[in-house]
Amino acid sequence: MNDIRHLQETPADSAVADAGKETLLELKGISKSFGTTDVLKDIDLSIERGEFITFLGASGCGKTTTLRIIAGLEMPDKGQVILEGRDVTMLEPHQRDVNTVFQNYALFPHMNVEANIGYGLRIRKVPKNEIREKVKKMLDLVQLSGYEKRMPSELSGGQKQRVAIARSLINSPKLLLLDEPLGALDLKLRRAMQTELKRLQKKLGITFLYITHDQEEAINMSDRIVVMRDGQFEQIGTPDEIYNRPKTSYVADFVGNANIISGVVEHIGEELTDIRVNNCLITAGTADGLKKGGRAVVAVRRENIKVCRECKKGLPAVITDKSFNAGQLHMAFKLEDGREVVASHYGIDTDLTVDQKVCVGWEPQHAVFVDLEDTQEA
Amino acid sequence: MEKKKRSGLFLTVAPLYIFTLVFVAGPLLYMIALSFATNSDGWGTLWKFTLENYKKIADPVYLKSFSQSFQLAFTSTICITLLGYPFGYFMAKQSAKWKKRIMLLIMVPFWTSSLIRMYGWIILLQAKGVFNTLLVKLGIIEEPLKILYSYPAVVIGMIYALLPFMVLSVYSSVEKMDWSLVEAARDLGASRAKAFLTITLKLTLPGLLTGVILSFVPSMGLFFIADILGGNKIVLVGSVIQDQLTRGSNWPFAAALAVVLMVLTSIMIYLYRKITHVKDLEGFF
Amino acid sequence: MRKKHKLSGIYLAVLLLVMYLPIVMVVIFSFNESKLTASFTGFSLKWYETLWHDRDIKEALFNSILLGVISCAISAVIGTLGAVGMARADYKTKGMMEYLSTVPIMIPEIILGMVFLAFFSLLNLPFGMTTLVIAHTTFCIPYIFMMVKARLVGIDRSLEEAARDLGASQIRTFFDITLPLIMPAVLSGSLLAFAMSFDDVVISIFVNGPRLNTLPVKVYTQLKTGVTPEINALCTIILAAIVLVLGISSLVQKRQERRRGELSER
Repeated sequence: MNDIRHLQETPADSAVADAGKETLLELKGISKSFGTTDVLKDIDLSIERGEFITFLGASGCGKTTTLRIIAGLEMPDKGQVILEGRDVTMLEPHQRDVNTVFQNYALFPHMNVEANIGYGLRIRKVPKNEIREKVKKMLDLVQLSGYEKRMPSELSGGQKQRVAIARSLINSPKLLLLDEPLGALDLKLRRAMQTELKRLQKKLGITFLYITHDQEEAINMSDRIVVMRDGQFEQIGTPDEIYNRPKTSYVADFVGNANIISGVVEHIGEELTDIRVNNCLITAGTADGLKKGGRAVVAVRRENIKVCRECKKGLPAVITDKSFNAGQLHMAFKLEDGREVVASHYGIDTDLTVDQKVCVGWEPQHAVFVDLEDTQEA
Repeated sequence: MEKKKRSGLFLTVAPLYIFTLVFVAGPLLYMIALSFATNSDGWGTLWKFTLENYKKIADPVYLKSFSQSFQLAFTSTICITLLGYPFGYFMAKQSAKWKKRIMLLIMVPFWTSSLIRMYGWIILLQAKGVFNTLLVKLGIIEEPLKILYSYPAVVIGMIYALLPFMVLSVYSSVEKMDWSLVEAARDLGASRAKAFLTITLKLTLPGLLTGVILSFVPSMGLFFIADILGGNKIVLVGSVIQDQLTRGSNWPFAAALAVVLMVLTSIMIYLYRKITHVKDLEGFF
Repeated sequence: MRKKHKLSGIYLAVLLLVMYLPIVMVVIFSFNESKLTASFTGFSLKWYETLWHDRDIKEALFNSILLGVISCAISAVIGTLGAVGMARADYKTKGMMEYLSTVPIMIPEIILGMVFLAFFSLLNLPFGMTTLVIAHTTFCIPYIFMMVKARLVGIDRSLEEAARDLGASQIRTFFDITLPLIMPAVLSGSLLAFAMSFDDVVISIFVNGPRLNTLPVKVYTQLKTGVTPEINALCTIILAAIVLVLGISSLVQKRQERRRGELSER
């Protein structure tokens, strides 16, 4: 059964569109609602073998539900889950070659580390000494050798995390699902575990589906990022695409903390486009789908906002807040129409004070057109 | 699939459903039906609808048994609360080691026969018993006190049998309490007494009320304590029902008495749930 | 502050002392030579000897233990399964059933006794062990059901999901994960239920039938007709047995803790 492998084209919007790659998992038109709230709205996705894909979104966007549907812990109302060409939508969790690392680790409190990690193999009736050997290897892999007889209550958060990952990996799943596995760890440990997870994934070649609400985590680890919002996919792409070429203002804001500025297209040139905002002209690059006189929305990341005291080309603004944090100076501005713009720079600029009237601007290449299909304002 | 899952789950609850319906709901419904049936002069019951049994309860003899039962239950419950609340409260404030030990000391008597423990009270309280002998020898009294076969003896027996329930429910609800709330109240200017009344007592109220229910409801039915320690002076509803079932062999009337007793205690429990907003007997479980 | 601590300790000690006073009386007078309990006339073991030869009491004791064990075993299965099933699914009848199944410990025992007497006569069930087991099972179930239910609330659902995710079927998950985790509640519920069954007079008296005595029923009839101190002897033996069991279990527990402590040091 496992030998049937379908070679399929990935959807056009996938960054790694490459006919040579194998599809491991496909979601087709998945919908799910709890009571009257639609949690997932007709979702399609295909995941390549061996890739590290991340679902990124705020809490409540449906990413955990998607994961639970793939794991078999939840049944979709509509749609199919296809694993290696086989429809597994209606199969029980234990009938799928998919394992999950739970948010709170879910280590069995009444079993020691060895019993926890070996649980999956015991179920498959693997001989005892073989289990012992494999557990030992697994513990080496997650750097916890000698911890076999510890109980979960005697482990630190990071150690629990490693045991939970080892417990899933020992079954050599086709796909490993990780539900915010680093959420409960402190920042330093989280950074270390990010590197560790990436190392494990590369070494074992297992496909990882990772869930997080932390954009930094997603960008650091993923081959591909799926940004989710309200039960739908907002954008799918490589970390570079998501960060540098966001398609919607939501992605630009959520991933890049970008400023969203909207105006009316005044002039479309060869390389530059003029946009009128609050009776001032700003410039950006070009994009398909722009119409003269039509609405345009651009995203400019905080570090690309420039501040000058004299107004030549840019938007007049008033400084409303100024704070220094983690080596960066953060400044908030209020535009004439009341909208807020935020800028972050390294170093301290003592010249600027709150309530001072200034101009904010940016290099044309730093303004990215978003929300091209719809004219809605962010 | 979902359906299969559900039917699998239903298999787990099925024994409870079936057992409860057949052996709890069934008998209770039968009792209600029986209370409207006619008692035949000989042995047995005539299935003819009547309200006679309920009218008969209005007889002063039986009304007195109800009022005596309630009186005794109230007296015992008040004593149990006054003794048991501080016990549970202090117990929860002991060190973990002592908590365990005291818990064990409370549980051990649970396992011995409560009847034999009642018998221990008889040994203690009888006219020429240890208690009286001691008092006479100490010169506190001249004549032995007649405590046994009196109202106080029955109350003592009730307290003795039911105090552990109060202690355990208060204990576990004090255990669960967040002491920083009391500290916050004190910090905000509440006196020790005020903090206790407004915070501690309020938060442990569910446990206290559970204890009240767990002592009040059984004390309505523990007729054997009144029997053994009270002689024949106090006639409780329980004794009347037992009497009607065995000697009087008037089952419909016994059923009517039981229905009234059940309704009265159900009202108590209903009020308890209304006041505390909890479904289970919180604290005890 | 310290003084207050002392006072509360004294309160606890005094009340516990009063609790144990009648038990101490029973133990002391079990060694009394005289049949009367007015005064201690001399040390003797003769009541233990009479107890040893009293077939009625031994039979009653055996019946009580048997009854307690059977009722507890049945209730443990029904109550545990019921609590697990109810926690996992949302039945429309759930609330009502939960209430109904706990009714037996929410109403005065006398009602339950009378109800069973009438109901079993209606069904023409012969009064004896069967009727006793049914009656005791009804009031044992709530203790176990409620204990297990409370315990289930504290158990993370994702533990069961993790087991299923790692390849365990629903049944395997129940035995590997759920059951071991709720076992303390099942045990303490069963112990409480056994204590209640072992001590029950009111219900047993109605459904035991003419030929079968449980220990409490036997003691009750004796108390009404005339007690022999062999009852004291029996109570002393039961007490000694409980203390022995508790002692052994705490020893075992301590040893386990020590072993675990050694492990985590390594």
